[in-house]
Amino acid sequence: MKSDTRIRLTDVTYTYEEGAAPAVSKVSAEIEPGEFVAVLGHNGSGKSTMAKLLNALYMPTEGTVLVCGYDTKNEEYVWEIRQRAGMIFQNPDNQIVTTVVKEDVAFGLENLGVPTDEMIPRIESALQAVRMSKYADSAPHMLSGGQKQRVAIAGILAMEPSVIIADEATAMLDPSGRKEVLETMRRLNRQKAITVIWITHFMEEAAQADRVLVITDGEIRLSGKPAEVFDQVDAMREMHLDVPHMTALAGELRAAGMPLKKGVLTVEELAEEVERLCPLKQST
Amino acid sequence: MLNNITMGQYYPVDSKVHRLDPRVKLILTIVFIVAVFLAKTFVGYAILFLFIYGTARLANVPFKMLLRGLKPLRLILILTFLLNLFFTSGETVWVEFWIIRITKEGFLQALYYSIRLAFLVIGTSLLTLTTSPVSLSDAIEILLSPLKKIHFPAHELAMMMTIALRFIPTLLEETDKIMKAQMARGADFESGNLVKRAKAMVPLLVPLFVSAFRRAGDLAMAMESRCYHGGEGRTRLRVLKLTRNDGIACLVMAGLLALIILEGILL
Repeated sequence: MKSDTRIRLTDVTYTYEEGAAPAVSKVSAEIEPGEFVAVLGHNGSGKSTMAKLLNALYMPTEGTVLVCGYDTKNEEYVWEIRQRAGMIFQNPDNQIVTTVVKEDVAFGLENLGVPTDEMIPRIESALQAVRMSKYADSAPHMLSGGQKQRVAIAGILAMEPSVIIADEATAMLDPSGRKEVLETMRRLNRQKAITVIWITHFMEEAAQADRVLVITDGEIRLSGKPAEVFDQVDAMREMHLDVPHMTALAGELRAAGMPLKKGVLTVEELAEEVERLCPLKQST
Repeated sequence: MLNNITMGQYYPVDSKVHRLDPRVKLILTIVFIVAVFLAKTFVGYAILFLFIYGTARLANVPFKMLLRGLKPLRLILILTFLLNLFFTSGETVWVEFWIIRITKEGFLQALYYSIRLAFLVIGTSLLTLTTSPVSLSDAIEILLSPLKKIHFPAHELAMMMTIALRFIPTLLEETDKIMKAQMARGADFESGNLVKRAKAMVPLLVPLFVSAFRRAGDLAMAMESRCYHGGEGRTRLRVLKLTRNDGIACLVMAGLLALIILEGILL
């Protein structure tokens, strides 16, 4: 059944109330297995709505959403879809159900009806994958925000999904928590070939993805490799989105006549480019 | 399991009583309550007291902790004693003064009722002191599950208890945060009379309720996205298993009940 692990959206429109402006309108996109895709957008841009469409929490008003070959409109497959495309939410506190970490990881497995003997190794390996084995018996409220989000990831991971959708999973965390959660997801993406859909409004996070989809007013405006997307500084500014500082600086230098190559994202890359153009003289 | 938080009365130490199956403990507590009502003489109460004392020792629970459970009930205990003392009719009059009449029968009955009430409270706190709330809700779910046939929501009840337990610390933390935020804006929670203080709670309770509802919405969505669809077809991580000690506990309780019944017949 794992033959088609693709996610495909065809002309998807979603309207919360009849007559209101659609939160997502005419979106078409395809996400390949094993990809790490960042969905970037402002508050109210429709990115969270899109996440919920991918998990069959919302049904598209028009168009179709195919997750791993299943149409989300078909109610028969709701549980199949939710098992294959797990979702991490924004608030770390509001997605942990039980009073002990390992029992929370078990929650999804219990719902799927996995036998107890099989559950235990799956919980252990999921906790290990997010480096939380030490805390298996802790109470969730004793953990930091980043740790709670890692527990939430483990809870999804135990269900053996092919896709994880993170709906602004780092928005409520401090910088170190943000880093640990993003790193965990990138590691899972590399090592377990799990497709990640990373919904965020942080540029620096989107810059680490394989591909970025920029969404504004419910439409996908830009799509491509992070470097390609961020190089369109003007288009991004028009949507009131920032670009990484180094990309902006490189753009200014280019406008001033420096022939820098496109696609600069980090300080290191910019330094390398500058050095290529004006090599440091060896002091003798 | 819940070592790092104090919730309810649970006294987190390890003992043979703590390790008993929560289902067994729950049923035995009910049997104990029956035994308390069956006991009719001081010999019976002495046996029950010895049983409570022995169990507390075995459970590593200090006897003082058990007596603490009586504290909130002292008013009711005193009232029970006084009402029975004054209003029971009897033959042997000890004191007669104005409209007050104290008889031997009244005194004994007052004593019996107070002891019974105290034993009931102590017996049930022995259950809650030695059983964590989580295993207690497990036990309730399993014991009530036969009632599912008549559409009694046993699973939902247990799930509600689990979620409530999970969110108590979160909401406490939030209360504290809101309280500080309101105090920073000049709110005063500590002075004034009762009405004034109750009114001061409004700016605390309103945001707390709003946030609790928002949390509930979020949690429902998170649970659904993790394939939660009620108790049907659900398996469990925590499986309760009966051990030899559970059998022994049942035997001890059966012995106690037999003794009490015997005492009722013989004395």
